[in-house]
This record gives sequence, C-alpha cells and structure tokens, in this order.
Amino acid sequence: MTATQDGTPGGPPTALPAGRPLAHQRGRPADVLFRFATAACASIVLILLAGMLVRTTWAAWPAFQHSGIGLVTSNNWNPNTSSFGGLSFIYGTLLTSVIALVLAVPVSILIALFVSEVAPPGLGTPLGYLVDLLAAVPSVVYGLWGVIVLVPFLTAYVWLPLSRHLGFIPLFSDFASGRNFATAGVILALMITPIISAICREVFRTVPAEERESALALGATRWEMIRLAVLPRSRPGIVAAVMLGFGRAVGETIAVAYLIGGVPNKITLHLFQQGSTVAANIALQFNEAASLPLFKASLIALGVILFIITLLINMAARFVIRRTGQAPV
Amino acid sequence: MVVAMWAAVAAAIVPLCFILADVIAKGIGQLSAAFLTQPEPFVVTATGGGFGAGVRGTIKMVALGTVASVPIGVLAAVYLSEYQPRGPLATVVRFIADVMTGIPSIFVGIFVFTAVVLETHSFSSWAGGLALGILMLPLIVRTSEEALRLVPGTLREASLALGVRRWRTVVSVMLPTALPGITTGILLAIARAAGETAPLLLTAFGNQLLVPWTTWNGPEAALPLEIYFDSRSPFPAQQARAWTGALVLIVGVFVLALTARFVVARRSRVRA
Repeated sequence: MTATQDGTPGGPPTALPAGRPLAHQRGRPADVLFRFATAACASIVLILLAGMLVRTTWAAWPAFQHSGIGLVTSNNWNPNTSSFGGLSFIYGTLLTSVIALVLAVPVSILIALFVSEVAPPGLGTPLGYLVDLLAAVPSVVYGLWGVIVLVPFLTAYVWLPLSRHLGFIPLFSDFASGRNFATAGVILALMITPIISAICREVFRTVPAEERESALALGATRWEMIRLAVLPRSRPGIVAAVMLGFGRAVGETIAVAYLIGGVPNKITLHLFQQGSTVAANIALQFNEAASLPLFKASLIALGVILFIITLLINMAARFVIRRTGQAPV
Repeated sequence: MVVAMWAAVAAAIVPLCFILADVIAKGIGQLSAAFLTQPEPFVVTATGGGFGAGVRGTIKMVALGTVASVPIGVLAAVYLSEYQPRGPLATVVRFIADVMTGIPSIFVGIFVFTAVVLETHSFSSWAGGLALGILMLPLIVRTSEEALRLVPGTLREASLALGVRRWRTVVSVMLPTALPGITTGILLAIARAAGETAPLLLTAFGNQLLVPWTTWNGPEAALPLEIYFDSRSPFPAQQARAWTGALVLIVGVFVLALTARFVVARRSRVRA
C-alpha cells in the first residue's frame, strides 16, 4: 500500500526532514521529552527481543550443559533416564512443515493469481476476504476440528486407500494411526495458505501495468502474460512468502499437538505414523516436567532452538522482501 | 489453468465452510447465557455449566495485554513514522518488529514462564496477560506505523506552519487522523491474542474456578485453554462444551476481524 504512496505530492516519507525540528522548536522541553518517550518505546521492542533470548537461554543453561550438542543430534528422548536428545522433534517439525509447503504453496499461488489477475474485482475481493478468514480461525479450533472431523475423514478416504494402493512407496506404507505426520501437515497447510496467498497477492500487485500490457499487446494470452510478465518479476516476493509460511508452520503448536500423536523418538519416512514436533512436544510435556528441573530446562532449551530457527527463517524472508522492495507486509 | 485456480480456491474455502458448519452444528446446542457466565461443574460427566471462567479470564488477560501493548506500540510507531523514519534505530526496530510477528507463540509463553512464573513462583493472570501483550506489540507497531504514514503530509505541514509544536501536532493532528487505521490494527491484534492457546498454557495455566475480576495472582482459565482441555477429555459432556466454546471463540474472533475490515472500508471511503 505504501509503495504507491511514495512520491505522490505530500507523500509522508518525503514530506519533511523529519529528524530535524525547526530551529525555534529545538530544545523545547515538551518536544524533547515526547521525542525521547517515542524513542524509548521503539527501543523496548529491541530490548524485549534481546531479553527473551537471554532469559530463556539462561533458564535452559543446565540442559545445554547436560546434553550439549546431543540435544539436537541424538535421537533419544527419555526423561526417565535423563536422556534429552531431541533430533526426532526437529525431524518431525521439518517433515510436517515440508508437507504443509508442498500442499500449500501451489494452492496459495493459484489463489493469489486468481484473485489478483483473473477474477473480476467484484468476485476476487470477497474471495480474498474469505481466504483471509482462514487465518483468523484460532489454532485450538483447527486442532479440535482436525481431531474430530478431519482425522476420520482423511483416514477413511485418503490415507488408507493410499497405503493400500500405493503402499509400495515407503512414504505411504505401514499405516499406523490417523494422527500422523501427514494429517498434521494437512492442517498446517490450511493454516499457512492464507498467509502465503495474501503476500503473493500484494507481490503480484506491484508488477507494473505496462509490463502486463506489453505482453498482451505482443499477442500473449492471459496465461502467457502471467508466465512472462507477472511470475518472473514476482519470484523474490514469492520466495519470501514461502519462507514466512514455513516459519509459521515450524512454530505452530496447538493444532499440531492435537494431530501428530505426540510420540517421541520417531524418525521415519512413513508419513502415516505418529511422531512429534518441537513446539508440540513442549506443549504436551511441559506440565509433566514441572517437578523435574533438568526435564523442564531441556524443554525450554528446545524452545530456544525453535526460536532461533524461526528467527533466522523470518529474518531471511524479511531481508528478501526489503531487498526487492516488494510487498510491504 | 482457470480450472486449477478454481480448484485451489475451493481447496481453501471448502474446509473453511466445513469448519464453520461443524462448529455451529456441534456447538449451538449448549449455547446459552449461562454458558458464558457459569464455571464448569466439578463432576466431569455432568452436563450444564459453561466456560464462564474462560470467558472472564480471556477478557481480563486480553484487556491487560491491550493496555500494556497499545501505548508502547503506538508511541514506537510515532517514532518510526515521525522522527528519523530512515535512521538506524527506526530501521532496526521496524525489521525486528516484522520478525517478531512471526516468532512462535509458545516461545513467548516460555519466556514469560521463565521471567514471571518462575520469579513469582505462581502461574497468574498477570503472566497470561503479559504474554498476550508481547504477542500484540509488534502487530500494533507495524499497523500503527502504516496508518500514520497514510496521513497526508500537508496536514502535518499545515499544523507546523501555524506554529504548533511537534508533539502537539502528533497528538492533535496525526494520531486523530490515523485513528481508524490504528484501531484496525489493535482489533486485529486483539483477535489474534484472544485465540492464543500455547502461551497461556505455560503462563495462566487454566483453572476450573471462576476467578474474581480483581484477583490476578493465581492460575486463571481462558476460553482457548478450556477448549483445549475439554476436547481431550473422554467424557461427552466435556467434549460438547469444548465445541460450544469453539463456537463462542470463533464468533468473537470473526466479529473482531470483520469489525476491523469495516473500519478499514470506512477509512478508505473517506480517503477516496
């Protein structure tokens, strides 16, 4: 939205040399105080982020000392023997998030193309709102609905037939439960679709009208225009959108806690088996860990690792967006 | 290709319709005024009662989160848009606020658990509200900044040219003009906070009792927490309440989101 605002007469960013108050205003106590207050509030955002990292790392320190790198490289999570190797959770997180991306990315891009390029505005805008509403559904509702409605449906009509007919592919063999990696991936796909498609919509909107028109004037069909003018220009923005969706899927907790089965130490290619993810495992085991300091510190340590992973993903995505100047999301 | 696009739109909207239909069909039966005000019965198999404790807890904690995050967020946004919008502090804060909108909510729960629950030796409504406030802050910073940037520069210049001081210009001209946009951002942040479960699990913890409005030092229920606990129960009465809770929550969140949209629509009409 701001991209079109820049440069228009009276457009905010160029309106005034904002940092420099006029000469007669400099040094007035009220102005200095107000400016200081706003700067302090802005700094709180930074202090908060740093404080979160430091405080949680400190609380997790006993676990880092106890397990070392084994926390992420060892596949042995057994609180009873004080073994805290969380590799299976990281595997589960990546596997479910990748399943979610495989399902959600094509769907999201097609939705965004439809809403911004193909559908008439009278249809596209309300459809866009409807898809956005998917993002407003709380994750606990996704979890509840997923477990009661989606699990039986997918098990009967998709997972079991797949494992019966395509069972020679390891991914689909050895069906164990309706609560599995694949089901968790499906619900994550639903949750990240509105995020990815909303960003893609903004990105497609930044493609200059001249480029579309030149493609059409050269005789391109609407699809060729999309392929030649819209998609190539939007590639960095789409990459950023996918990364933001990935970050969201990696951090999602409650819906996955309902649907993954919550079984630690499971590293398998079979999608129809139960497993666990970093975030889901923290939610599922935190209360058990209440009286065991090392167990609790290990869960907090998993949280710190999750935080750093999502921080890096989000930073990379924002960096791509900033570089291209697309999608002021 | 258009067929594939229609299929993609259907792939998103059909599940949405099913979620809404199922939540309404399974939840509407127990919905009553008592459901919104009464706590759950102590006997797990008993029907009746409701999520009054959770409704109250959610209102209390979301209110605390709002009170804590709105002043800081809006003032930070004023700095980002009015003072030094291209300076190093603004650039870093904007980047970090963007990044913070994507951090997992459970990590915020872990942070507040270590910083508040461990220090005070108790789960509390304070802790829950604080966690929600932290989740709301970056959203409010970014949406308020966008709203302030959309205020025409001529308004600011007119005010300054009349000799009005800069802080007075911000308070009397910029903020009132940007108010619809700022309100939209706050409503969306509230909608997101009200639906959060994971951070409250580690901070407010949950409670079967109706906690008085003025008590903030002990464990407290929240609507998403009660849905979470009751839906994992094997007893039909509790599962039924979970669905009704989901209906109440989803209606509340959608009303907030649609109100926000309506405010946006009104603003854009004014601008046009």
